[in-house]
Amino acid sequence: MAAFKIGKVVLRSLFKKPATLMYPVVPRKWEERTRGHIDININDCIFCGICARKCPTNAITVDRNKKSWTIERMQCIQCTHCVDLCPKHCLSNENTYTTPEVEKVVDLHVAPPEEPKPASDDTNKDSVEKKNA
Amino acid sequence: MEDLRETVIIPVTASELYSKVSDLNEDGYRLVQACCTKVSEGFEIIYSFDKEHELLNLKLTIPEEEEIMSITGITWSAFIYENEMQDLFGVKFKHMSLNYGGHFFKVSQPTPWNPKN
Amino acid sequence: MGKRTIIPFGPQHPVLPEPVHLDLVIEDETVVEAIPSIGFIHRGLEKLVEKKEYTEMVYVIERICGICSFGHGWGYCLSVEGVMGVEIPERANYLRTIWHELSRMHSHLLWLGLLADGFGFESLFMHCWRIREKVLDIFEKTTGGRVIFSVCKVGGVRKDIDEATLKEISSVVDGMKKELKELADVFLEDYSVKNRLCGVGYLSKEDAAELAAVGPMARASGLKQDMRLLGHGVYDKLGFEPCIETAGDSYARCKVRIREVFQSIDLIIKAIEMIPDGDISVPVKGNVPANECVVRLEQPRGEAFYYAKGADSKFLERMRVRTPTNQNIPAMVKTLQGCDLADVPMLILTIDPCISCTER
Repeated sequence: MAAFKIGKVVLRSLFKKPATLMYPVVPRKWEERTRGHIDININDCIFCGICARKCPTNAITVDRNKKSWTIERMQCIQCTHCVDLCPKHCLSNENTYTTPEVEKVVDLHVAPPEEPKPASDDTNKDSVEKKNA
Repeated sequence: MEDLRETVIIPVTASELYSKVSDLNEDGYRLVQACCTKVSEGFEIIYSFDKEHELLNLKLTIPEEEEIMSITGITWSAFIYENEMQDLFGVKFKHMSLNYGGHFFKVSQPTPWNPKN
Repeated sequence: MGKRTIIPFGPQHPVLPEPVHLDLVIEDETVVEAIPSIGFIHRGLEKLVEKKEYTEMVYVIERICGICSFGHGWGYCLSVEGVMGVEIPERANYLRTIWHELSRMHSHLLWLGLLADGFGFESLFMHCWRIREKVLDIFEKTTGGRVIFSVCKVGGVRKDIDEATLKEISSVVDGMKKELKELADVFLEDYSVKNRLCGVGYLSKEDAAELAAVGPMARASGLKQDMRLLGHGVYDKLGFEPCIETAGDSYARCKVRIREVFQSIDLIIKAIEMIPDGDISVPVKGNVPANECVVRLEQPRGEAFYYAKGADSKFLERMRVRTPTNQNIPAMVKTLQGCDLADVPMLILTIDPCISCTER
């Protein structure tokens, strides 16, 4: 009589470690290739706007005059098409997800004003503003 | 076995469509799909049939107002495709065996892929 | 003759989160007729090709469905490559086949879990999904996404898998075989499971052919129909033979899918052994010529159909995606006639419906 065939599996899993993580107490491990979110190194950006034009969901806007690069986080689908296309390789794919939010998040990156002397301490500091749309 | 890249498309006229489809049905072909494209002359409808992995396409070009014969009388499973074309493009069919009358897809305006205005 | 009642079923129903609505005409406890109705989540993605360039559109097409996402991306790329006359490198073909077979494994394991849930076997459902999680981990490691891979592009694939990872995949899927065998025994031999599956929702070979059923539904009724025989990817080199059952009931459909999971494991291991070195993509430039191309691909749920029509510009004129569920709805309506009301959820499940796919 082939009844309760699953008994062996159930009994074994009773004495084994659980297959799930105790999230969020135990943080999850991210893979190197995980498409979490898009990040930009604004200092290298030349504001050509290719990423904005090729984005399948129109999540990116680039303003050449104001030297700003904006991404709508909730609209981005993490296809990393822009990362492949960027001529200066200043866009990158980070392997952590953005935090859950209740409102639509827009990240605005503005290039620092050009200084007469490069290689000062302030060049790496890009001004990132977060605002809710 | 067909070549992957080769696409066999046979043009048909609206009057011979029904007899052609019923010939294919008797030959043991099954309906794979039917789809509509909006072109400048009106609609371009492609019916695809398959028999033992051999694909055959019939292409029908009709002006927008023309009513064509439904093939649901031959292969009942065509009702999904005909209702879809009717709802999205406004193609007119005669004698459909299962007609949802424009309520198969819940669209907010009639024939959204072929707007009237 | 008893009194006839019409019971509305769905779009919110206990089986799975797929918004299909059925009007069930019931006589006593038996379904006499079922009238399907879809269209709750129509998104018009096919129309979007007129607004998106062909290179970007692949990311949109992939998001038609979460389960057969890779298949949609592959089908789209194949049809556009057909229109443009692009030959892709051999290694890309192997990688696409490996990812596609992994997708099949995860789709079938998901379905087996849902089936167990459908007849109320909660722990079997959990164990199926526990195994499926390993496939998802492989996806995340190799493509970066657990559900949507974004790894196919016109002209090849975007990411390579290195030698060490390929070996790891091979050993992981081989290790899954033992665990799967235990669960397959439960599905195929357990007394209570067999009681719910055997003889339920019978579809004869003639009906399956006439109603043009596709995929596991057709193969469970004895039709030899599998688009992998057409020779996409590298299936011809792997020595592929479709799994066919003849009983035509829910049990046969379950058996076909279980056999296909094991077959996918063998195909993956074989493909990993044979994969050649080389490029993974060729550059594709310029407009899509005014040509047409039809591609058919075997997805986990059955045969999918892609039709691309170029217009000598960067935008396609028409992209048609016909998904397997679309083709299986008439067969589902047929199997529902004459079944018990209590079996309706399970019978809807046995065609593995994906309404989001169907409506695009």
